[in-house]
Amino acid sequence: MNETILLAILTIITAATPLVFAAIGELVVEKSGVLNLGVEGMMLVGAVSSFTAVHVTGSASLGVLAGMFAGVMLALIFAFLTLNLQSSQVATGLALTIFGIGVSALIGQPLIGVAYEGLPKVQIPVLSDIPVLGRLFFGHDILVYCSIALVIAVSWFLKRTRAGLILRAVGDSHDAAHALGYPVIRVRYLATLFGGGCAGLAGAYLSMAYAPMWVENMSAGRGWIALALVVFASWQPSRVLFGAYLFGGISILQLHAQASGTINIPSQLMSMLPYLATIIVLVLISRDQGRIRRNAPASIGKAFHPTT
Amino acid sequence: MYRKTVLAKKLLAAATGLLLTTFSGILSADDPFKIGFVYVGPVGDHGWTYRHDIGRQAIEAEFGDKVETTFVESVPEGADAERVIRKLASSGHGLIFTTSFGYMNPTVKVAKAFPKVKFEHATGYKRADNVSTYSARFYEGRAVLGTIAGMMTKTNTVGYIASFPIPEVVRGINAFTIAMRKVNPDATVKVVWVNTWYDPGKEADAAKALIDQGVDIVTQHTDSPAPLQVAQERGVMGFGQASDMSAFAPDAQLTSIIDNWDNYYVERARAAMDGSWASEDVWAGIDSGMVDFPEYGAMVPDDVKAAADVIKESIVDGSLHPFQGPIKDQSGKVIAEEGATIDDGTLLGMDFYVEGVQGTLPK
Amino acid sequence: MIRLQPRAMPSKLMGYLAPVIALCLTLLSGLILFALLGVPIGEAFHAFFIEPVSTLYGLSELGVKAAPLILIGVGLSIGFRAQVWNIGAEGQLILGGICGGAVALYFYEVEAWYVLPLMMLAGVIGGMLWAAIPALLKTRFNANEILTSLMLTYVAGLLLSFLVHGALRDPDGYNFPESRLFHDAALLPVIMEGTRLHIGAIVAVFVVVAGWVLLSRTMLGFALKVNGAAPRAGAYAGFGQKRLIWFSLLFTGGLAGLAGLFEVAGPIGQLLPTISPGYGFTAIIVAFLGRLHPVGVLFAGLVMALSYLGGESAQITLNLPVAVTGVFQGLLLFFLLATDVLINFKIVRNVRRQL
Repeated sequence: MNETILLAILTIITAATPLVFAAIGELVVEKSGVLNLGVEGMMLVGAVSSFTAVHVTGSASLGVLAGMFAGVMLALIFAFLTLNLQSSQVATGLALTIFGIGVSALIGQPLIGVAYEGLPKVQIPVLSDIPVLGRLFFGHDILVYCSIALVIAVSWFLKRTRAGLILRAVGDSHDAAHALGYPVIRVRYLATLFGGGCAGLAGAYLSMAYAPMWVENMSAGRGWIALALVVFASWQPSRVLFGAYLFGGISILQLHAQASGTINIPSQLMSMLPYLATIIVLVLISRDQGRIRRNAPASIGKAFHPTT
Repeated sequence: MYRKTVLAKKLLAAATGLLLTTFSGILSADDPFKIGFVYVGPVGDHGWTYRHDIGRQAIEAEFGDKVETTFVESVPEGADAERVIRKLASSGHGLIFTTSFGYMNPTVKVAKAFPKVKFEHATGYKRADNVSTYSARFYEGRAVLGTIAGMMTKTNTVGYIASFPIPEVVRGINAFTIAMRKVNPDATVKVVWVNTWYDPGKEADAAKALIDQGVDIVTQHTDSPAPLQVAQERGVMGFGQASDMSAFAPDAQLTSIIDNWDNYYVERARAAMDGSWASEDVWAGIDSGMVDFPEYGAMVPDDVKAAADVIKESIVDGSLHPFQGPIKDQSGKVIAEEGATIDDGTLLGMDFYVEGVQGTLPK
Repeated sequence: MIRLQPRAMPSKLMGYLAPVIALCLTLLSGLILFALLGVPIGEAFHAFFIEPVSTLYGLSELGVKAAPLILIGVGLSIGFRAQVWNIGAEGQLILGGICGGAVALYFYEVEAWYVLPLMMLAGVIGGMLWAAIPALLKTRFNANEILTSLMLTYVAGLLLSFLVHGALRDPDGYNFPESRLFHDAALLPVIMEGTRLHIGAIVAVFVVVAGWVLLSRTMLGFALKVNGAAPRAGAYAGFGQKRLIWFSLLFTGGLAGLAGLFEVAGPIGQLLPTISPGYGFTAIIVAFLGRLHPVGVLFAGLVMALSYLGGESAQITLNLPVAVTGVFQGLLLFFLLATDVLINFKIVRNVRRQL
């Protein structure tokens, strides 16, 4: 039974990783005061671009880079429209998703039936062979470690660096930040592009590691879940990790419960569990209003134009 | 627009005689016969829609410029379907294939308004003078897969990734289980319902969960090759779905069920063009070629291949019916006595598990 | 360099001109897109913008497609003004369909005038109840409505699937996942013979007018508007933050529920595992495209609906894959959203930027 639990945890890690990437990127975007609802579209374009790159060049690293680059490109469209042309962030993000679904399907047409064996796993001699712990901590693909490192790095960046402080200041009050001489638009540009890169990376993880293939719409709503997780985390990076693993965990555990053959609950109700659990946990951790207010970027979604 | 097509058909008939003796350029001067397809998914889904689109291409390959095909992909089952079908009917299409169950009522409704257009609805049960229904007896293929699984499982537990609890899927699970237990009475099937036709990540997760629970063969009734890829990675085996997926898992795919609509589509197009089309209810199996198989995987031993071939042949010659008694349901109640078979009506609406399937059927 | 200079007053002229400019830009970029794909440009635009509405039937379908978008869009635009981020209208729509549909199935074969009004009532209540959950969790437990309303959409979809695979399944339908076809008394009256245009379209127009009056003529409308800018100001108008949250969610939820009922009792005529192609999400774009104004929403809903119909007809007449229509729709939206900048800003040539 312990063996099964260990294996289930390994599956959960894979299921949670794309959510971690997309959500941590969006967290930085939102911290700067921008709400980009186009995560799903950026993920898909990232997924198809990385798969194309791997297919053409055979290089996994180029694949990952291509995914990130594609995400950044879509984010650039979003940034230009919302930051320069002041278009509505909510609507532009949704339009970006429609656009991304279309573009990715168009790019992906030659990739039907193309196979890829998936990202290699990192095997460390001796360490990987330690029973239980060795398999828990070693032997994942490299991106799993990157996702955790990224959360730590973002957390450190936001809390401990001057640049992070400026980013938060811009997200809390762009007018005040502008008055202090901080380049509001440039900060938001950089944050938005970072978010795009992360969403692209999440897409790359989908098409290169999670289910190594390209099929249209393969993100199947994960971009939306990532958006919800940022809210769930009340804009704290460590909680993004917690949320992604909670959501991924319950998704996997309900599959295990079904496979065990001992649970007589209709599968549709079982499939509701990750969504319901996320709501319930959010309710439990939202009691402390002050804490949320401290972390939530106050000027999120609001347009800024420097009045010089 | 429709009148134009009728005219074209008359011209075509008149020209045919002439054609035999003169040059063939006359035919291409006529308007081609237009055939429409409504797809529920994108053509690149690797599974259900992909195979229907291959069928469409078979029509084009067969008739060349005598036909013109049109498809509309990713049409949601709901209010939009009726409009799309109607648009096809009113823009000169003489034959329209609606390729998902959820298009049944819209198809019948539009057919009433366009009595001269022929409609072909996949997997439904409502017909009219100008509406045929067609489906494949995929459960015959499942019996072949079940036989292979029963002979090759070492853990005596086989995993089944299922989409939605509809009769088609339940029927497949049961046919698979019955065939498996005929060759291996100790083997059981674990079913996981993922509530989607198409989500590679979730399908992979389900495959992993099943393998972690001790199954050594994974079979699926969802569209993507993700479960097979997981099987390959974990060193277990599995079956493809809808098409040959061996490219994705060369060491894991034992065989696959291929949805092969090519012949049916070509024949129905021919019938619609030469005027012999009539409303029919087709539910065809291995013998028609509609349920097809690729080569066995290299890991399948000869005795298993032979046993699987026997199942195929006896289904084709009628000596075996996958739902031949004795069949018991999960509670041990006898559903079909020795020698009896379950009739098509019961099969069509099947909503119970047979003995050997673990868990309870969600209803 | 060019730069944007804020106008002292929003330009009325540009309010009307901006969408025209957007359309021109879309045509221009479409020119490039279709040239790249080798599609004759004239035919492409004809297929996208003219063909769908060139017949009476096409026009009626535009109404069928736009009605749910407008209904929900009006609700959302009012909620968004109050900074209530309900992005789960899709789930509220589904619940409206379930509740209204359940009434239709309960009164199956009852030929009475009260069936349809009861269904509408049930649809509205269903949508409101589903929206009440985020409202309760927000006001009582401070849980962010973006997450709760979105997650509840998935739950609603699974609930519908559960019901049509079980309790609400057609008893004579070979266990296929769909309900019986509704009886005539449970179907919406059609307002144009030979089409599917139902009274939902009239209701949508009525809701647009009502929404307009609400926003411009009532204290509540004032409170909703000022709440976005300054939450305290709303309280002075006699409406506290919590009341506005409740109102925004219930109002939108009710309209979404009604839209769901209209779908199942109108063009669909039964309950299916999926009853909406994402109207609840698309309506978010519609709300913003309409500049959060009910009348704007009316036009935005029609434009959005046309882009879907255009996508279908482009697939049929030009054999374009659905992917291309998605790209084109995305471009259209980008331009429509971007050109709004001209209303509030003037484009000026930058001589030298002073600080």
